[in-house]
Amino acid sequence: MSIATTRRLRLRAPHVLILPAIVILLLGMGYPMVWQVVTSLQKYGLQQQFGKPAPFVWFDNYVKLATDPQLWLVVGKSLAFCLITAAVTLAIGTLLALLMSAVTKAARLVLQIALLLAWSMPVVSAMTVWIWLFDRRRGAINYLLDMLPGVDMNRFDWLSTPLTFFLVASIIVVWMSVPFVAFSIYAGLTQVSDEVMEAAQLDGANGWQRFWGIILPMIRPVISIVLLLQLIWDLRVFTQIKLLQDAGSKSGDYDLLGTYIYKLGTSAQDFGMASAVSILVLAITVAISWFYIRSLLKEDEA
Amino acid sequence: MTRLRLPKVLLSILAIVIAALWAFPVYWMVSSSFIPTAILQSFIPTFFPVNGTLSNFTGAVADGSFFSALGMSVAVTLTAVVFCILFAFLAAVAISRFRFRGRRSFLIAVLIVQMLPAEGLFIAQYKMVASVHLLDSVIGVSVIYVAAVVPFTIWMLRGFVAGVPADLEEAAMVDGLSRFGAFMRITFPLLAPGLVASGVYAFLQAWNEFTVALVLLPSEAAQTLPLWLRGFVQASATKETDWGQVMAASTLVAVPVIIFFLIVQGRLTSGLVSGAVKG
Repeated sequence: MSIATTRRLRLRAPHVLILPAIVILLLGMGYPMVWQVVTSLQKYGLQQQFGKPAPFVWFDNYVKLATDPQLWLVVGKSLAFCLITAAVTLAIGTLLALLMSAVTKAARLVLQIALLLAWSMPVVSAMTVWIWLFDRRRGAINYLLDMLPGVDMNRFDWLSTPLTFFLVASIIVVWMSVPFVAFSIYAGLTQVSDEVMEAAQLDGANGWQRFWGIILPMIRPVISIVLLLQLIWDLRVFTQIKLLQDAGSKSGDYDLLGTYIYKLGTSAQDFGMASAVSILVLAITVAISWFYIRSLLKEDEA
Repeated sequence: MTRLRLPKVLLSILAIVIAALWAFPVYWMVSSSFIPTAILQSFIPTFFPVNGTLSNFTGAVADGSFFSALGMSVAVTLTAVVFCILFAFLAAVAISRFRFRGRRSFLIAVLIVQMLPAEGLFIAQYKMVASVHLLDSVIGVSVIYVAAVVPFTIWMLRGFVAGVPADLEEAAMVDGLSRFGAFMRITFPLLAPGLVASGVYAFLQAWNEFTVALVLLPSEAAQTLPLWLRGFVQASATKETDWGQVMAASTLVAVPVIIFFLIVQGRLTSGLVSGAVKG
């Protein structure tokens, strides 16, 4: 191959290589995204489903959305659910990662296998089991709690009040998400060199100081990405809430953003509003991840 | 030394207790799937499978809908994994081996798309797929799956490609191989673990996916396994829920994934971490 053709190939090759990825992203994400933005500016209800052209109402959907107390309640609940669940997941995940590095090899293996089992459960299977565990009449959890002295949990219906409903949802999401967090942070911990830790110990740093002074700064990149991913995943949680609603109540009190949009789109058939709310979710997501994206790009340049 | 041992022993016991708690729901599912329904109907939970039976399993697959859902899941997952890995691999090579115009914009686009929730786009995806009459088809769902998984896979593979020093390739080129030849003979074999890890990632995402499937596969004949399981649970709940059969159905959906996952998990975790963190 002559030098000239090599150089030409070098110029063009990368664009050809990224082309398939770009096409599929435009098709699967780009077009729906644009459609969603356009539709959020239109009146797109039941009549439009049957072929009537959709008139542009510009920001009417957003105005309606901003003045709808019901929606802000859902946004507030979703944010609270997301923050609490992600924080608990991160805390437990970090503790389990530290535990893994502190125990014997056999105990570590047992813990890792248990976490892997939970991690690998398909979400619909996991939900099915958990719904049974929390079942009012035949659930093992009520049975076990009821055995504690002074606790009366016989036939307690977990899914009948929003607070316990979301508590159950949160417990299940934490159970599913902790393994990923624990393994990622444990992988980060193994990068912390033994020599540094020993040196710190010789210098008289206690466990607490070693954690805050050495371990935490070194695993900060891992922590920030898993926290970000948890926040994003927990904000858009849909499957768990949808399946819990199957088992309990479908009323609006039990909605988070995912099921709220789904209901707007399917039962109310109001695609205009559904799109506007989706755009709001996307905006929150991008806002949460903006700092992270910027720092990653900086790293890439360095 | 003996003074250091005691806390380690106590912590190890704690770790094992936590492990038991964490694995309990999985154990519960598998164990209950072997327990005859008559025993499960009692209000006292059965913690160990006594009088084990396979009747729950035969009952769960009796009407044949399980096998059609299995076929659909295999078709959708295979399509998604193959195209996802192919596209992501090409793009990862471009990003980590070339500097080119538009590279930065492409990286930003990949990062942002990775953050976009499918749950925020399903209305639009439904309209798009419906307008080209691809609801209930393998192609419709697969396009969305590939688009949803490809950004993260690119990001992950990029770490692996960057981890193979370009010097190795150049050395092979000095020895007379073409650039393409050097890549295929030197870099590609070293990438195998990365390809396996990202393939498994794509597999798990597609196999377990629920939301998009719920929206894009409305008819019962085109259900994937997660949808089938949900339908099975709902059908059972209209009568007195037959928990034995429901757990058997749940186990059938989960066990292939669990086995597969346990085999390749080491590579998956290191892939996730090196791809996502080291960049």
